[in-house]
Amino acid sequence: MGKLYERLAKDIRIKEWLKACMNCGVCVSVCPAAEFYKYSPKTIVNIVQSQDDEAIEALLKSETIWYCGECMSCMTRCPRKNAPGQIVMALRSLSIDMGYFAESEKGRQQLPLQRALCGNILNYGYCVYPRTFKYEDHPESGTIGKWIGENLEEVHKRLGSNLEQDGPGVLRKIPKESLDELKAIFDVTGATERMNTVEEVSRRKAEEMGLDMEEYCKRAFNYAGKGHTIE
Amino acid sequence: MIYKGKQKIWSDYQKEIPDDHWFYVRSCIRQNFFPASEVTFLRILRDELGKDIYETPHHTTCGGIAYHQECIPQETQMTIIARQFALMTEAGYENYACSCITSFGLYCETLETWHEMPEVLDRIRENLWKACRREFNIPKYLAHSSDLVYKFRDEIADRAKYKLVNKDTGEPLKVVEHIGCHYAKMFPSKGVGGAEYPYVLVGMAERWGGNVIDYPERRHCCGYGFRQYHVKANRGYSISNTHKKFESMEPYHPDFIVTNCPGCPYFLDRWQYVIAEQTGKTYGGNGYGIPVLTYEEMAGLVLGYDPWDLGMQTHQIAVEPLLDKIGVKYDESKKYEGTGGKPLPEPEFPMNIRCC
Repeated sequence: MGKLYERLAKDIRIKEWLKACMNCGVCVSVCPAAEFYKYSPKTIVNIVQSQDDEAIEALLKSETIWYCGECMSCMTRCPRKNAPGQIVMALRSLSIDMGYFAESEKGRQQLPLQRALCGNILNYGYCVYPRTFKYEDHPESGTIGKWIGENLEEVHKRLGSNLEQDGPGVLRKIPKESLDELKAIFDVTGATERMNTVEEVSRRKAEEMGLDMEEYCKRAFNYAGKGHTIE
Repeated sequence: MIYKGKQKIWSDYQKEIPDDHWFYVRSCIRQNFFPASEVTFLRILRDELGKDIYETPHHTTCGGIAYHQECIPQETQMTIIARQFALMTEAGYENYACSCITSFGLYCETLETWHEMPEVLDRIRENLWKACRREFNIPKYLAHSSDLVYKFRDEIADRAKYKLVNKDTGEPLKVVEHIGCHYAKMFPSKGVGGAEYPYVLVGMAERWGGNVIDYPERRHCCGYGFRQYHVKANRGYSISNTHKKFESMEPYHPDFIVTNCPGCPYFLDRWQYVIAEQTGKTYGGNGYGIPVLTYEEMAGLVLGYDPWDLGMQTHQIAVEPLLDKIGVKYDESKKYEGTGGKPLPEPEFPMNIRCC
């Protein structure tokens, strides 16, 4: 057993959801990611249960672990009660902790994701927030999405939201003391440390790629290279 | 729908849902994209049925969307959940209802982990005390808000103004029910009806007059995929999976789709628009799309609420063909009004999909 597997084995999701995979492939047959990407959850589980550190390191640096959509359809169907989706989550966490995520195009997406989602949580108390959900980043939100964005206060008021106001209700202003508690939870439980790791590793990778951090972040969000999908 | 076999599954997967006194937490995505649905949920539960549903402004996101994109560790996510439970405990409640399916799945998973690994629960209690000086009890009952509407489907039927029936033909409307993946795929016993054929939306749609249709990709994900949507470069995954579902349901000519997850109606609605704009293909009749409803919107229509109070003007796919089939009365001139009848500029119209 190698050091990487030892670290993986401490993850709750590995303890609970890696039993003994017999490589039947049921997970592949129901997997939305396998419909689209060159992706096989059973191969991932097989590598992890091999406990081969060299193969695990390659996996942690690969594009593969970032293809899963975490729908957990695999969890329902696995006849051995494995959960490939949960195992992928443990792999991704270790990839970030080790700084390996920046070695893959899909892993580098961690920077824009973290900035957007953790920013929303710490600044507003929501994972998704209308002030930061911009039409230019989301043209698929349609002509109606554009209309909502342009008339945000009026539309939400009309529909009964309590947008950015005190008291309970839809999109209420979450009190500062509650946001302070979220920040304290981030500090105590490792989220702040993870954010710092992602920023620092991304900064080094951006330097290596000859990009400033803003260009690097934008590229990670927008750029889709070739070779990921089933043709 | 073929009932053989399903009724046995449904009888095996029932859950206890208390009648009253719920601590309610909202959904990030539903608040952003279907704000009126949460307003409608409370209107039905509190105003129509007289139930005690308590909400505190201090509750926050559960962190689930960030957790499922690896932005926060599992320990952080569990401690945020523990804080929500502390707010419930301090308010004097034991029954916990959430509006979000991602949250519901995480609450189920977290409670299961704490049950299996009490040392993790102890550590989370320490984390919460250290960060927030709060303590918590574990909820006695956990429900998704669709479980509550399901529970009260008879009471809603008793007050119904409309049925899910084509007013011209008298035929039940053909309904596609789409269940959010994290409702029961992870923990089948926690959802009404289990994971393969969840009953929670079937029970509502059939009780209110509709016919649920089987189609091959009924259980396929809507295509959200967390980072597969939030990162622009990955959205091909999201739309491809949505496309697969629509191609699968198309031959059955559904009148509408109903969902219990906050994200699914957004993706099933908006990706129909994108598919039409990119390829010219539409899945409803006469160049329209298939309307996609939240279960609160479906319940609100049955109860005779104004479609524009239900927020159906925020759908990209026009709902008017469905309203006309049911015979719902509405004033098209009020569709894009603000508060107090204030006229707002109309949205632009898409090129390839009909809007009213």
